[in-house]
Amino acid sequence: MSIKKISKVQPKLFEFNENNLNKVKKEIKKYPKERKSSAVLSLLYLVQNQHNNWIPLVAIKYVAQLLNMPYIKVYEVVTFYSMFNLSPVGKYFVQVCTTTPCMIRGSKKIIETCKKHISINPNELSENKLCSWTEVECLGACVNAPMMQINQDYFEDLNDKKSEEIILSLLRDEFPKPGSAKNRKNNAPENGKTTLLEIKNA
Amino acid sequence: MLKDTDRIFKNLYNDLGWKINSAIDAGDWSQTKNIIIKGKDSIIKEIKDSDLRGRGGAGFPTGLKLSFAPKVLGSRPHYLVINADESEPGTCKDRDIIRFEPQKLIEGCLITSYAINAHTCYIYIRGEYYREGQRLQEAIDQAYKKNFLGKNACDTGWDLDIYIHYGAGAYICGEETALLESIEGNKGQPRLKPPFPALIGLYGCPTIVNNVETIAVIPTILRRGAKWFSSLGKPKNTGTKIFCISGNVNNPCNVEEEMGIPLKYLIEKHAGGVIGGWQNLQAVIPGGSSMPLLPKSICETITMDFDSLIKAKSGLGTAGIVVINKDQDIIRCMARIARFYKHESCGQCTPCREGSGWMWRMLERMAEGEATYKEIDLLYDVTKQIEGHTICAFGEGSSWPVQGLLRHFRKEIEKRCHDEPVIKKKSNIPYLVDQHLMEKDNA
Repeated sequence: MSIKKISKVQPKLFEFNENNLNKVKKEIKKYPKERKSSAVLSLLYLVQNQHNNWIPLVAIKYVAQLLNMPYIKVYEVVTFYSMFNLSPVGKYFVQVCTTTPCMIRGSKKIIETCKKHISINPNELSENKLCSWTEVECLGACVNAPMMQINQDYFEDLNDKKSEEIILSLLRDEFPKPGSAKNRKNNAPENGKTTLLEIKNA
Repeated sequence: MLKDTDRIFKNLYNDLGWKINSAIDAGDWSQTKNIIIKGKDSIIKEIKDSDLRGRGGAGFPTGLKLSFAPKVLGSRPHYLVINADESEPGTCKDRDIIRFEPQKLIEGCLITSYAINAHTCYIYIRGEYYREGQRLQEAIDQAYKKNFLGKNACDTGWDLDIYIHYGAGAYICGEETALLESIEGNKGQPRLKPPFPALIGLYGCPTIVNNVETIAVIPTILRRGAKWFSSLGKPKNTGTKIFCISGNVNNPCNVEEEMGIPLKYLIEKHAGGVIGGWQNLQAVIPGGSSMPLLPKSICETITMDFDSLIKAKSGLGTAGIVVINKDQDIIRCMARIARFYKHESCGQCTPCREGSGWMWRMLERMAEGEATYKEIDLLYDVTKQIEGHTICAFGEGSSWPVQGLLRHFRKEIEKRCHDEPVIKKKSNIPYLVDQHLMEKDNA
């Protein structure tokens, strides 16, 4: 579950940098002229990218001004969607899927590993302030269960050993290679395809 | 078994490469102009003749849906919206289409947009699929470079722009009207229907919302003909479908197969069988978590198509098959699904907002063996109070899996239940407390 608790420590000022301001223009252009508010989700993503993966209250006001929306309307959106964090998270934000398909393939063990190495409770920073973890609902990679998402990358086909290795390297400030931990080819069956047999590798 | 030549998604495992040139070599974007020149009515008729049904879960006939859009462009523009907000537990087919077959989707967007008079198409992709969205944007850029999109797209005289809109982690935005709300910049709460989006949809304009897989198969249907497509599968359940087989199987995988394929064959042949052998099978969720589970006895003979599964009081849904073997606690599995729905309820309708939490707490109690016999009937009553009393189908989606559990595994639950309510003896059980009190720190 995401952090909907509003951080007690809030920055006083937030403004997009130039690069992001250009992106804002691009995003608003996607929608009809009178419908600027459609861009609110993408603008909030830009805020999160620029601001260490969380959204301060000033930024909500700032986005509301940019899009001519009432402040409370943007606040409503931020608190509705689970991918927006209202408190700081780690530089590496580990999100472990624990919905049934992952659960029956052993996501519980990954949670235990997180508790052991990162922090006892979800949404708390690790001792060296680099990592935090949380449980999330289905991430849509069920045939690669169990899996977790770290920042924007999927780590799939995990087992106890592999997930521990990944988390330990995050704590050393190294980002491991995303993808399948079993070196399996995408979503094909692990020990060889049963269909599309005549298609050769390109 | 389906012949490889009849498979639509030949690059499902990325053997051929996803870039536009490889896609063209594999047959995408061939004859697109000829298809479009035939005209809107001919395209919609061909799709109707193919009996294609929506692949997003409800199985609504696609040709019929497309024909709902006003025939003549009025003062308001028309929109095509692609639903790539794939969040149903057990389903991961759209992700592979976006990653490895993006040109099929883009070509489908062009043809469908033309058929419904739309010059703008939005693809709503879930926020977690960030990398997949980047890939899709690259594919769209490549298509623009080849003049397959933009002004006079593919030399057909039709203008089309495709934009990607990211969601932000809300399952409910997979419901079409909630999705439209989300694109408009609101929180994703479903709208009352009617009016249907085909007349009043995005920004109040006529809008057709379709699933990724539905749109991605349309170009191939039009190239090879409705006859070819409807010769596969069963009557009214035609064509091919990507099945996602996950859970307790030896080789979980995505595979494209004919509609109406026996479930047992699918599991044994493609997924390497159930862990511990077929005898060790406990239950199967046949179509994503919203569909009621099937016990082993039904799994022996059931075929995977819309109508057979409805007859078995379940549904094909998104064809996300979750296999659960006897090593798992079936009540706990369903309690976890109930927790998913409790977490994802948008909170607009009271029966769903409150009921989804009730179902979760009661199932947790049952799994722990702290429920009374009476509560089993009470739980069934709760599901009946939710079902059909909400704006969108989320109410059904959350109560059907619980009903399925009660229908097939009532004995299992009864084994763990007591006569006396445990709450009288022991009041310090955390999940008996109301959820909002429990989450005080997180609220």
